[in-house]
Formats: sequence, C-alpha cells, structure tokens
Amino acid sequence: MSINTLFNSSVGKKFIMAATGMAMFLFVVLHLLGNLQVFLGPEVINRYGAFLQGNLELIWPARIGLLVIVGLHIWSAVRLTAENRAARPQPYAHQELVAASYASRTMMMSGLIILAFIVYHLLHYTFQVTAINGTGRDFTTLQDINRQHDVFAMMVLGFRNPIVAGFYVLAMTLLFLHLSHGVSAMFQSLGLRNRTYTPVIARFAVAITWCLYVGYLSIPLAILLGFGSNYGGISK
Amino acid sequence: MNLTLRVWRQKSPQEPGRIVDYPVTGIIPDMSFLEMLDVVNEGLIAKGEEPIAFDSDCREGICGTCSIVINGRAHGGQKGTTACQLHMRHFQDGQTITVEPWRAKAFPVLRDLVTDRGAFDRIIQAGGFVSVNTGGTPDANCLPIGKAESDLAMDAAACIGCGACVAACKNASAMLFVSAKVSHLSLLPQGEVEKDQRVMSMVTQMDKEGFGNCTVTGSCEAVCPKEISLDFIARLNREYGVSLLKGVQA
Repeated sequence: MSINTLFNSSVGKKFIMAATGMAMFLFVVLHLLGNLQVFLGPEVINRYGAFLQGNLELIWPARIGLLVIVGLHIWSAVRLTAENRAARPQPYAHQELVAASYASRTMMMSGLIILAFIVYHLLHYTFQVTAINGTGRDFTTLQDINRQHDVFAMMVLGFRNPIVAGFYVLAMTLLFLHLSHGVSAMFQSLGLRNRTYTPVIARFAVAITWCLYVGYLSIPLAILLGFGSNYGGISK
Repeated sequence: MNLTLRVWRQKSPQEPGRIVDYPVTGIIPDMSFLEMLDVVNEGLIAKGEEPIAFDSDCREGICGTCSIVINGRAHGGQKGTTACQLHMRHFQDGQTITVEPWRAKAFPVLRDLVTDRGAFDRIIQAGGFVSVNTGGTPDANCLPIGKAESDLAMDAAACIGCGACVAACKNASAMLFVSAKVSHLSLLPQGEVEKDQRVMSMVTQMDKEGFGNCTVTGSCEAVCPKEISLDFIARLNREYGVSLLKGVQA
C-alpha cells in the first residue's frame, strides 16, 4: 500500500477521516458504558476509576492512540474542507442544497465546538484544574472511604454547576448532530454500504446516536435533579 | 406565461460575468425550458443583442449536454429529468427564475451558461475503458452474467455524464460520475480484469482536475437525471481501498 496515495488522494483522506471517526465513535460508546456506572453508586464508579488509573500500561497507549486518532481526524477535516472550498471559487447566485441534511452541511462547525468541549472536559475531569470547574473545590483531593479517588463526588460536584452542565448538554447536542451524519457516512466512505446494507446502517445510525445522546444527557440531568446530593463524599 | 429571467451573462472565460434580468412574455406551458430559452434568444437577436449561449444537443434527455442550474437546482429539480425535458408548466406565471451555469473550478465557464466539461473526458481517458477489443454486441447468454449484476451495471451505465452531480454538490465533487463509470465497467466480465488499475487512475485524474471531496450529503443522487445511486460511490470507495492495498500505482 502506498502511504503517499492514502494521505494525498481524495478517497484516501476520506478513509482516514472515516476510520478515525469509527475509532472515536467506539471510544464514545465505551466511555458512556463506563460512566453510566455512576448510577450503580459511588463504590462501583470509584472502583472503575481506580481500575483505569491503576493500569498505566493500558491507559497511556489508549491516550496516545486517541490523541493520534483525533489529530488525524482534524488533519483530514482541514485538508478536505480546504479542497472543497477551492473546488467552487465562484458561488451560485441562488443555490438549494437538495437532500443535504443540516448535520451534513455543518460537520466542521459541530466538530470544532466538540473539540473545544473536549479540551474543557479534559481540563475539568482529567487534569482536574480547579480554576475552571466552577465550584472552587480541588477535585484531586476528593477521596472515598476506601482511600480511592472519589469519582462519584467529582461528577456530582462538577455537574451541579448549571453552567458546566449546560455546556456539556450543548456539546452532547452537537455530538449528536455530528454523529447523526457521521455514523452512516463513515460506512459509506469505507465502502461498507450497498443496496442491502444501506437501510440497515441508516436505522442502526439513528438508533445508536439517540442511545448515546440520551445516555450522555442522563448523567448531568440526573445530578441537576438531585441525584447524589445526599452523598457524604461531596460535603467534605 | 410571463416570467422574469435572471441569467448569468459572461462574454469569455477571462471576463467577469454578471446576472442580467430579462422580462419574458408569451411562453407556452408545454415548451421545454430550452425551448423557452430559444424564444428569449429570438427576441434578443431581433433586438440586435447577443443571444444567451447554452449547451444542448439531443433535447430528449439522453445525451447529457444541457447543463444549467435553474433556481438553485441542477436541471431545475424535477426528479430524474434533464433541463431539456423540464417543461414550463412546472413554473408559475409571473415567476422569477434564476439561470446559472454549472459552478466548479474544474468546469470553467466558456460563455454565459456554457462550461468546459473536458475534465470528465480526461477522467474517462485515464481509465474509463476496456483495453482489449471485445468485438460487437455479444449474443444473448454467451457471457455468463447474473441478472442482478447486469441490471446493476446497466443502472450505473445510465450515467450521461452531464455533470449535474458536480453542480449540485456543495463541494463540487465528481464522485457520483466517477463511481458510475467505475462501477458499470467493473461489474461486467469485460471490464473486471482492469478494475484495480481503472479505479486508481480515474480517481487520481479526478483529484488532478480540482473537484472537491464527497461528504455524503446525497445532493448528487437527488438531482441526477438518471437517478444514479449513492451506493455506487460506496462501491468506488471499496474498489479504491482494494486497489490501494494491492499497491496499484496510478
């Protein structure tokens, strides 16, 4: 395989876009499944947190891999968008984009806002920068009765702030929009679609995108509605 | 019918063009869009003005020569219809209609509504053919081809190469055209032999011409007068991936 052709041809760049998109989509699914454990109580989610943090041999390759994947996704998006703009130097006086969904026309915009959210989200819960969490509490000092990092308390404290939760909801809405086009489009770009698969993939895309949206929104909304407010770990 | 036409007028590729308004009267609803333009041009010639240049040939929807964007839609937005087969009865009396050429870097405007679609010819020259002489029309059932495959190849071969897919795409991508040409040849035994080389060469030429990339919006499929399916683009992507893995050079 010619790496040069992969990185320079139109279809090659779309392969990179779709493959990295698929990898990030899988991450988004796994991340949600992991985090939904918050509803099983402090002990379960804190044990899960300690498990991830305790396996440096797993977590660092995963982090580096994700960083490379995100980098390639952004690189291909920038290159493809620049080429697409250059392909029509003279715009139409009157143009109707027939059949093109709102999501498909705004992938760059939704993607950039999601990127801004990811940066904030990492500073918020991974690097645990006190200055941006809006509570004044240092998340790194939170500990539960088993002397593990208190992820449950961190999530409850973090999402009790309506502005933080609001930004999260906005970002998840844009992620929903991004995936509502991206999930079916990545199968198309990788050539994994035909007359038989197309309707199945379209239904799968709608179902999984809604599941992800509802799943991700359930955590901040439950916390805003009082879930975990009687947990002792947050008052320390 | 009386109409107001807003038409793109451009003298040559070098000179900048502009939209010019023309009031049009006495249009019969049974005229095709191109016949309506003929009437407008007769009026312009009578007044000593330069007629509106536009491409047309067969006027029965099979040659792919007519190529105008009508009210923001390639070929006017009537499903499965070329501009020459679009009739004035689909418009309202008194309506304002904007008429523009295909807009793409790869399709430079030559004059008014006429664009140079030589880029498509060069893509075909790059690989849209079968290298061996396959003789005349084969006798029925001489070549063992399944009904489903031959039907699918025919669906792709229906592409008339008009360029509406490029015109309608927000990225001016030629993927639907190239995928139709790649598919109709690779689905049949005569063309299958060269499929790896063909897809690589044709995509390389497509990129050279300055077309945009496919973002799967589906606009091309919606305006295609021959209703070529987006599934052919998936087939092109699949064949390109195989060709890339085999290390085929353009």
